[in-house]
Amino acid sequence: MAWDRNQMAERAAQELEDGMYVNLGIGIPTLVANYVGDKDITLQSENGMLGMGPFPFEGDEDPDLINAGKQTITELRRTSYFDSATSFGMIRGGKIAAAILGAMEVAENGDLANWMIPGKLVKGMGGAMDLVAGVGRVIVVMDHTNKHGESKVLKACTLPLTGKGVVNRIITNLGVLDVVEGGLKIVECADGVTEEDLRAATEATIV
Amino acid sequence: MKKVYANAAEALDGLLFDGMLIAAGGFGLCGIPELLIQAIVDEGTKDLTVASNNAGVDGFGLGKLLETRQIKKMMSSYVGENAEFMRQYLAGELELEFNPQGTLAERMRAGGAGIPGFYTQTGVGTQIADGKEVKIFNGKEYILEEGIFADLAIVKAWKADTTGNAIFRKTARNFNPPAAMCGKICVMEVEEIVEPGALDPDHIHLPGIYVHRLIQGDHEKRIEKVTTRSREEA
Repeated sequence: MAWDRNQMAERAAQELEDGMYVNLGIGIPTLVANYVGDKDITLQSENGMLGMGPFPFEGDEDPDLINAGKQTITELRRTSYFDSATSFGMIRGGKIAAAILGAMEVAENGDLANWMIPGKLVKGMGGAMDLVAGVGRVIVVMDHTNKHGESKVLKACTLPLTGKGVVNRIITNLGVLDVVEGGLKIVECADGVTEEDLRAATEATIV
Repeated sequence: MKKVYANAAEALDGLLFDGMLIAAGGFGLCGIPELLIQAIVDEGTKDLTVASNNAGVDGFGLGKLLETRQIKKMMSSYVGENAEFMRQYLAGELELEFNPQGTLAERMRAGGAGIPGFYTQTGVGTQIADGKEVKIFNGKEYILEEGIFADLAIVKAWKADTTGNAIFRKTARNFNPPAAMCGKICVMEVEEIVEPGALDPDHIHLPGIYVHRLIQGDHEKRIEKVTTRSREEA
């Protein structure tokens, strides 16, 4: 037993507090928006929008209205638009309370790797380096292990870094871990997962 | 002060030269100066360095200038949507300088504001920091990034008056204002040119001082990824 994608997103949504401005990455982080419930959360899209709405109804797509994943979206009553320099100004200026992002690897010192695999096609970091360096809190949501069953929660990242010492909390299919002095601290285990299971699947030091 | 030109080719007349640095607005295919890009394709200017967040897609946007091999180097944050780009890059025919997206935007803004360099935390401890000056402020590391001073900016807005005061529409604003600012000369294409006074001065997104030449034209405005929900979900 462990959490599936939607349960991970649901758990990540618990990290968000009323009134927060938040940036959600592509993949499982995008699903977090489905679980914010009654909380007053404003989503930022780094291509220049606060107050991102859901996908449009078929036929209502607007080529001038996309999110950072280049998908067509809609606006809300509270929406504001701005240019890219202003958008990253609010990211670098620490105005965005949290970013929820996917990752390839996370290390016990908070290092994050999620933008390139040497020798493979490199698409670019987009806004990820700015986000992890600038926002108040960085929450990683990812599978605990890769498709070979190897831990993605490591003593040290092997892939090129997106940010150094930037991750605050890791939410995986097996549980929730915080980056603390000396390593990672188990915050909670997923349904049906024991602390022993979590330790066994984790290469990083658990304190 | 005549800023309005008949078409993209006339608006670019005398501005293009081989080896020049062009800053282009747009994010993905949203808000790109598609008419000016086509005019540069037609002119055949070579060895271009283009600062643009993305590199278009195959056959559209900056992808057209890649197809004709007019681009020598891209300065971008994300280039994943373009097979021809990848082919040329992997074959060593195209240079690529990755910039974090916010760093690219700020480098343009800074260049336009006469700021040759600035320090940022973005990229500290990553390969982006290689070879860059590091400075400590309040106990934290920052790296030096340089402003971009482009020979030419090509941008797209929604509406502008004949003096170049421009407004953008929704997320099509993106990199257009900072790109416009960093050009020694900025050529802008819009969907509609209006008379001075027709736009509310309080609602101008980019003052006309940054815009030197202006054209009106029809835009395809291609959508990169159509995502919808069904009405039943509502």
